[in-house]
Amino acid sequence: MQYQPMTPELFIQYLFAGITYGIIYAIVAIGFNIIYNTTGIINFAQGEFVMLGGMIVITMHAFMPLPLAIAVAVLITMLVGALIEMVFIRWLQGPSVLRMIIITIGISILAREAALHIWGESVRTLPYFIGNEVTSIEILGARISPQVLWVIGVCSLMVAGLSLFFKFTSLGREMRACAANRRAATLCGINTKNMVTLSFVLSAGIGAMAGCVMSPITYSEYDMGPGLAIKGFTVAILGGLGNSVAAVAAGLLLGIIEAFSVSVLPLAFKDAIATSILLIILFVRPHGLFGSSEAASLKEF
Amino acid sequence: MKRVLSFFLTVVISFCLVAGFSPVSAAKAENIKVGAILAVTGGASFLGGPESRTLEMMVQEINASGGINGNKIELIIKDSAGDPEKAISFAKQLIEEDKVFAIIGPSTSGETMKIKNIAEEAQMILLSCAAAEVIVNPVAKYVFKTPQKDSHAVQKIYGTMKDMGISKIAVLTGNTGFGNAGKGQLEKIAPDFGIEILASEVYDKKETDLSAVVAKLMANKDIQAVVNWSIVPAQGILAKNMRQAGWDVPLFQSHGFGNIKYVEAGGAASEGIIFPAGRLLVAEDLPDTNPQKALLIKYKNDYESKFTDQVSTFGGHAYDALTILVRGIKKGGLDKEKVRDAIENLQGVAGTAGIFNFSPEDHNGLDIDSFEMLTVKDGKFAIYHK
Repeated sequence: MQYQPMTPELFIQYLFAGITYGIIYAIVAIGFNIIYNTTGIINFAQGEFVMLGGMIVITMHAFMPLPLAIAVAVLITMLVGALIEMVFIRWLQGPSVLRMIIITIGISILAREAALHIWGESVRTLPYFIGNEVTSIEILGARISPQVLWVIGVCSLMVAGLSLFFKFTSLGREMRACAANRRAATLCGINTKNMVTLSFVLSAGIGAMAGCVMSPITYSEYDMGPGLAIKGFTVAILGGLGNSVAAVAAGLLLGIIEAFSVSVLPLAFKDAIATSILLIILFVRPHGLFGSSEAASLKEF
Repeated sequence: MKRVLSFFLTVVISFCLVAGFSPVSAAKAENIKVGAILAVTGGASFLGGPESRTLEMMVQEINASGGINGNKIELIIKDSAGDPEKAISFAKQLIEEDKVFAIIGPSTSGETMKIKNIAEEAQMILLSCAAAEVIVNPVAKYVFKTPQKDSHAVQKIYGTMKDMGISKIAVLTGNTGFGNAGKGQLEKIAPDFGIEILASEVYDKKETDLSAVVAKLMANKDIQAVVNWSIVPAQGILAKNMRQAGWDVPLFQSHGFGNIKYVEAGGAASEGIIFPAGRLLVAEDLPDTNPQKALLIKYKNDYESKFTDQVSTFGGHAYDALTILVRGIKKGGLDKEKVRDAIENLQGVAGTAGIFNFSPEDHNGLDIDSFEMLTVKDGKFAIYHK
């Protein structure tokens, strides 16, 4: 393989590829964070929410226009999120972290098997929102699919919306209070159990939304969840668990590193890079790039 | 206590039911137990899914029409999920516990290689549905395979390239047994056709976006064509990423592209992809004189009317495996050794993959003409003409 000099066009091409990967990782990581903040656990079924969003929207799109199908898919997935919480988590009396994590792994397997029975083993895809598989637009000499801009746009909007929600609405504040100190929140009259349900609903919703916009690019299949969950988990740890803005930064960082790694290393090393970063962070800065070690030491997990 | 009691009752009742039914069929003739190890779920489920459906359909039909020489087939399908470790334990289970007559599968090359020796030592006829050439080269006495050979696919692709005046190419392969085997063959045979591989990249089988590597390869202006060798959905993703980036060199795929779902998934980007495949996908377009045509159309219609699924070459490999086994049993009776000898000497058996001519040296039985170069035209498979 001869060495290719980095031209500006090539740079932009890698950059956009990296941002696309990165923003998807970030959305999964934010899903982890929302649930982590209210419950203190990692929900390993987060990738399955993305899968469900993608699969449901494809099924719905056969019967209704795309925007409606997306809305229905997101709503159904949110409902599934709520159901999961109510059936498996809500009634537990002071469960240990380990037990909850194993429950979420179980849910993840259950969701995958259910999807296999409903949709079968084949790969499905949503049509491109604008144009088709070969449409591309030119940005600074590089050619990018318009869907990439959809993914970046929708995911950025979701991140902004979530930040506003947590900062300025009373519901958002109550959820944050839950995260800061659950007992104090209960004493203030906040129904913490409902907040936990809400956190599952929210993270199911954003996961499903991401699943919808990325489906034309990446396809949807019943077992896409675990791969996404691992990348999302890496990003959540990299940014510092519980911090959603940091998750976006970390997601973009990982995505861009992965994309540019392709220019110097064989493609086969791409996933090894993510795993190596995860291991290094866990050894060197277990509280993440942007987290504080003092805050982390107060948490149970 | 109550639960335990009801459990026992269920067990007892079900035993009675089984015992009540089985003597009826066993009294007439002996059942032939055929085992199948297929990747019905998991990453290779697009192989195992159609394969298991095909076998179930065929066994139903054979039994409905009185079985083979009056003996009904009892099909035991084990879902390996594409995992070689599971394939090994299922192979042992089928051989030692179920005492099957022969085993069809596994679906993937990696799994087949793991159980090749197990079958050989147990003197168990194994009809693999996997593609890699190493399965039958070197020849193992009891191991056969029905898909076409990798080397023939590569020769067919390089031959087409030569006709098009292409000599400098890039090779992309998935990190599966199939991808690795293809990569080896592509690199080995390239010099024979005067073809130079300028870049070779391997990607993960779960890859969802290849735009970065496309950007890298596209920057090399000497590359005249791309060959992609994988059995995973990434084939469609590669096509999309190439065309979106505005890279319009010819894209060749392996015979693993023989599923119309990949064409649908790739949409407009699939147009013009060139790949070698058996004739099942273009059955309607074949001349009436073709010895495979009637069988291909029957299989296609049967499969598509029974399942809400379009026919793929992969299900065809299971079809061929069972067809060959049935032919062997018809000739050799219920003696495993005789059936094995009969299969080894089968000549001119039309299957979905081609015309099988087995010999003690060739346990695949297909020649290079079993491949046809196909392309995608208006979202459908069509025979490729220059």
